[in-house]
Amino acid sequence: MFRFLLNKLAMIVPTFIGVTIAAFAFIRLLPGDPILLLAGERGVTPERRAELEQIMGFDRPLWEQYFSFLGDLMHADLGVSIVTRTPVLEEFLARFPATIELSFIAIIFAVALGLPAGIIAAVRRGSIFDHTVMGVSLTGYSMPIFWWGLLLIILFSGTLGWTPVSGRISFMFFFEPVTGFMLIDSWLSDQAGAFKSAVMHLILPSIVLGTIPLAVIARQTRSSMLEVLSEDYVRTARAKGLPPWRVVGIHALRNALITVITVIGLQVGVLLAGAILTETIFAWPGIGKWMIDSIFRRDYPAVQGGLLLIASIVMIVNLLVDLTYGLVNPSIRHER
Amino acid sequence: MKARFLVATAAALLAGNVQAKTLVFCSEGSPEGFTPALYTAGTTFDASSRQIFNKLVEFEIGTTKIIPGLAESWTVSQDGLEYTFNLRKGVKFHSIDGFTPSRDFNADDVLFSFNRQFKKDHPYHMVSGGAYEYFNGMSMPDLLKSLTKINNHTVRFSLNRPEAPMIANLAMDFASIHSAEYANKMAAAGTLDKFDQNPVGTGPFKMIAYQKDAFIRYKAHPEYFRGKAAIDDLVFAITPDASVRYQKMKANECQVMPYPNPADIAAMKNDSDINLMSQEGLNVGYLAYNTKVAPFDNAKVRKALNQAINKQAIIDAVFQGAGKIAKNPIPPTIWSYNEATVDDDYNPAAAKTALKAEGVNGLKMKVWAMPVQRPYNPNARRMAELIQADFGKVGVDVEIVSYEWGEYLKRSKDTDRDGAVLLGWTGDNGDPDNFLAVLLGCDGVGGSNRAQWCHKPFEDLIQKAKVVSDPAARTDLYKRAQIEFKKEAPWATIAHSVVFKPVRKEVTGFKIDPFGGHSFYGVDIK
Repeated sequence: MFRFLLNKLAMIVPTFIGVTIAAFAFIRLLPGDPILLLAGERGVTPERRAELEQIMGFDRPLWEQYFSFLGDLMHADLGVSIVTRTPVLEEFLARFPATIELSFIAIIFAVALGLPAGIIAAVRRGSIFDHTVMGVSLTGYSMPIFWWGLLLIILFSGTLGWTPVSGRISFMFFFEPVTGFMLIDSWLSDQAGAFKSAVMHLILPSIVLGTIPLAVIARQTRSSMLEVLSEDYVRTARAKGLPPWRVVGIHALRNALITVITVIGLQVGVLLAGAILTETIFAWPGIGKWMIDSIFRRDYPAVQGGLLLIASIVMIVNLLVDLTYGLVNPSIRHER
Repeated sequence: MKARFLVATAAALLAGNVQAKTLVFCSEGSPEGFTPALYTAGTTFDASSRQIFNKLVEFEIGTTKIIPGLAESWTVSQDGLEYTFNLRKGVKFHSIDGFTPSRDFNADDVLFSFNRQFKKDHPYHMVSGGAYEYFNGMSMPDLLKSLTKINNHTVRFSLNRPEAPMIANLAMDFASIHSAEYANKMAAAGTLDKFDQNPVGTGPFKMIAYQKDAFIRYKAHPEYFRGKAAIDDLVFAITPDASVRYQKMKANECQVMPYPNPADIAAMKNDSDINLMSQEGLNVGYLAYNTKVAPFDNAKVRKALNQAINKQAIIDAVFQGAGKIAKNPIPPTIWSYNEATVDDDYNPAAAKTALKAEGVNGLKMKVWAMPVQRPYNPNARRMAELIQADFGKVGVDVEIVSYEWGEYLKRSKDTDRDGAVLLGWTGDNGDPDNFLAVLLGCDGVGGSNRAQWCHKPFEDLIQKAKVVSDPAARTDLYKRAQIEFKKEAPWATIAHSVVFKPVRKEVTGFKIDPFGGHSFYGVDIK
């Protein structure tokens, strides 16, 4: 297990260096000049431009800027946003809990519905339920998030008035954030109704963000289960007279789960990408909206820092997924 | 003892009955920060200067009229080089966590606020990035000679040259007045950056909490010098999507919202809960020819092309009715707007004849379309397509080009630029100089003067208006300048946008700001 972990960790180092180069280069390869964008129609004189370039460090050669970025990274310094003039790490951490909270609830929603739906669809292959699950998941997968979000808001918030329109909590409640996670903070606040308000605010964005992963998980679970259910050992288990729930729930699912876990791991990246739109619609103060704004403003430090942090999170999640394989199927641990 | 208990109970009951009035504004984005001088976005000014701070002179809310702010009165020397301000007494700064002011506002605060931007060796100059784009953009470093404290309640600004728009400049957001005492306290504690994060001003609201991309909370300043605001609590609910803002308005989760979707306007007009206010914006959208390149160096050719443009069709298709045809280079909300100017009539046949008369046959040209949405041009691509079709009807073959926004701004400044460029301008200070000199003055050639137009009779008029302090004389000069502009037609003036502001019916006293901002002093909820 230790060697397995070590191998995985060793692979992370070159990936991380690659990500720093990509994050640094990506935003600079895009056409557009942050100083001109800041100045807008008003423009900027050549002298003032030179002054600003010096203040922002853009007057140095690119390689020097890159190594300075790497050097600062060693001290957990991701630079200062050229738009807000505040440290990038501070900007990121201020928003990150909101994204994590939303993504976590969205993935729970997706797994809680997608996994059983996929299993039942596989077991009852060809039934109406199977066709419904496949049809609905295909629709869910192809649904534009923006349209879906607005539709739910208009129906549940506008027409029925069941859920709040947007935000994380009603403005009736106000307390200092302790963890940054609204569910926890509202619970700790002891303000009557605050927790309920936080839960209500999470419902629609979680559904919207979780829709695509839900569709993918349901379809993947179904196809993995179908594959496993046709294996000889499953037939043997059935022939031995084991109850159907045991055959499906223990023998088949355990093997089918490996593919499903891979898909869930990959969905973390999808969730972070989907969060950009969901956060915009629901005015959710997470990193998605912040990243897209930073890209549009060519805020080099914010984009390169944000990308690096997001990529690191995806890498960590994938490492955890790899470790989970080992737990589900011990034979994977011994691979050399 | 019993009596004291009864009094306490009555007081508690009364307190319970008197509910704090809260107004929620669905703002469109997060502010860049809270020190207005450091930033340029209207979103930032809404969150900072328009609620938290005051200026020496201010725009009366809802107008471009200048009224006394922290300065009670001012005098201008005969030569226009010295401005002396008499400061208001008894003005209190906000108390926030970690700072309680020990003194009232005085001349030191004025000197601090301007010297921070003006003097490169000022201890706060480089704090939070040290970029003062409005201060620089309004040429204040060249204009200002010195600032002098005459006494605790008198300050003098000495200029290097006369500048009639100086007072209007001082009403702009970058001229917000900060507490020097607070700055010194932060400097002594070694926490200079906190000064910009936790603002202290004299304005009608003090900021009490901010969560990035989520909300900003304010409380009414109880000792505000114009009297406490009618609402007790002000919340900015940051809601980037315009359709969602409208849904929040409908659900009464917020009471005022900016920038509605054009597609929602019709529904808002019919919504019995919403009062849809509207006003012409302080902007102009235009098509600037390059007057240095033939055949656009010929005013008759430019006039002919202007006659080929069907502006009403543009208003209908691009602005979806939320715009007004522009005939002058300044919007009608600015003083000195010349009503008497006659616009080029839409007449393709006359345009065709005029082009032929000037020997222009088979002309091929480029029209530049901005890649971004701006208040003065919500869809430049569509506008360019309409102009392309209009010019096609008079035998001019148009190719539409576009670049990334930064590149667009840069390349469109080139004096040898190929083609006419779609662009526009939103006013900063309500002074005609801010449009006419910046966009059409000889100094702007190769810069913000996209028509590369330097026309002596026009230049003489606007330069004279810069140094004359008599408003009537300035008005006359600017009116004549507009006629000169129209005669020479360096631009096709296209449109001024109409700003819509949906406000819930319960809200009273809200006024549309011609500068596009949102101020909540004087606003109440029924």
